[in-house]
Amino acid sequence: MTSNTATTEKAYLPAGLPLPAPAPDGLDQGFWDAAKQHELVVQRCTKCEAFQFGPEWICHQCHSFELGWHKVSGRGRIYSWERVWHPVHPALKGACPYLVVLVELPDAGNVRMVGNLLGDPMQEVVIGSEVVAEYEDHPEADIALVQWRAV
Amino acid sequence: MSDYTVKDKVAVVGIAETTYYKRGGAPISEMQLTLQAIIGAAQDAGIDPRQIDGFASYSNDRNDPPRLAAALGCEDVSFSNMFWGGGGGGGSGAMANACAALVAGYSKYVVVYRGLAQGQFGRFGQGTQAKTVSGAPAYTAPYGLMSPAQSFAMRVQRFMHEHNGGHAAQKAISLTSYAHAQRNARAVMHGSPLSPEAYDGARWIVEPFRLFDCCMENDGAAAVILTTVERARDLRQKPAIVIAASQGSDYRQAAPAHNAPDYATSNFKTVAKRLWGMAGISPKDVDVCQSYENFTGGVMMSLVEHGFCGPDEVDDFMTTENFRFDGGKLPLNTSGGNLAECYMHGLELITEAVRQVRGTSTAQVKNVDISMVCSGPMVQPVSDLILRA
Ligand SMILES: [Zn+2]
Repeated sequence: MTSNTATTEKAYLPAGLPLPAPAPDGLDQGFWDAAKQHELVVQRCTKCEAFQFGPEWICHQCHSFELGWHKVSGRGRIYSWERVWHPVHPALKGACPYLVVLVELPDAGNVRMVGNLLGDPMQEVVIGSEVVAEYEDHPEADIALVQWRAV
Repeated sequence: MSDYTVKDKVAVVGIAETTYYKRGGAPISEMQLTLQAIIGAAQDAGIDPRQIDGFASYSNDRNDPPRLAAALGCEDVSFSNMFWGGGGGGGSGAMANACAALVAGYSKYVVVYRGLAQGQFGRFGQGTQAKTVSGAPAYTAPYGLMSPAQSFAMRVQRFMHEHNGGHAAQKAISLTSYAHAQRNARAVMHGSPLSPEAYDGARWIVEPFRLFDCCMENDGAAAVILTTVERARDLRQKPAIVIAASQGSDYRQAAPAHNAPDYATSNFKTVAKRLWGMAGISPKDVDVCQSYENFTGGVMMSLVEHGFCGPDEVDDFMTTENFRFDGGKLPLNTSGGNLAECYMHGLELITEAVRQVRGTSTAQVKNVDISMVCSGPMVQPVSDLILRA
């Protein structure tokens, strides 16, 4: 399995948007810890091996409470996308348009993740095309975002 | 005989709404708006508001039954009900719950109500101002996916990809609502017609939604009073009889971070099946339909999932000709709905469905026997209602 260490040069969207904070109940601590290490993990049931994302406290398939984090390759496919033109947050004024993609992960049961598609916001976006994860560090908040780039 | 016990047993006997305002335009408080609508609906029915003994609402309405009942001096409240879930998914669900309470004998007169003054409280269309987000929003908001339009555009884009169409359908849905609103003096967009050129020329909000694919944000309130068909006979109005009311959500539709297994959906597949089963009719029997427009793409998918046309036929079937109140195959959103009458979270669609049964719509369809409402596409749960004359 290849490790993904690519780091975005600078944040895709301007500062001032809310940043993730691991849930106080600990549900997704493993996901955000891995992202900080520039690794992508997906929750997986230790009993029936079902993948699920976002994280849940129980396996939706077999109801086991024994869930773990499974490292995946960081390669995905664009499942859907949108180009945002209207800013709904003060920090986004002047930052439009930007691209949001919904990426499915074929090596993790096709679970999906939301991120930005890095690069030109006017680039042609093709559903089904391959993307790879990159990590956007926010050391001030002790967090990293998972972003996507066309390959 | 139906297995469903609410069928043909409950009627809508009173409807009312306040003046509808642009967001921030209400000169009175949200609580006053709500009280005005409830009193208006009681007057329309010909009952004293103090006789209301059941309250049902949805989408976490801020005006809770204990406060309303105290303010109105209701004598004995025997049913207080909130339909869980956000957006307009609970409009018909609250109606279904009211029906259940009436048939079970818990209450005699149940009011379904919704009050909204987004100028006095938060807006739906703005992103969170928090510095950090946790849980499900942590997987979306930091990437600038924060508003309902942005959440639902992702689903609609996928539907358009799978079925290779939908832009023309979206346009027809928008133009229809604006055209019908021009006949309706209650409508916020009355006097503001929309041309096909203006639709095409409008700015993108988030692709594939342009400005006029999106609902408004408004201030106002609406209320609907239901009772049993026996009591309805003695009241003032022609009753609109409930023949089906269903609610629900497909398999894991609320899975976080856009992980619903069936994604390109309005979430009506199982709910619609139950609806038709309960009503004992089929889509071709529907005379007029009010389908919740948070965004036009949601209406498009709702109509498909209720069986009005196939998913690959949306641009052929969904035309302004077919949606016209006067002679269309499926008269749609005849008051102007959330796009052009008022974003009353879809309760204005239910009052309009009742008007169509009474024969008092400003875009009245001829000889209405079956009048249908679809509440809240793409949220979880969603709900449906069918009324008959
Ligand atoms: Zn399992």
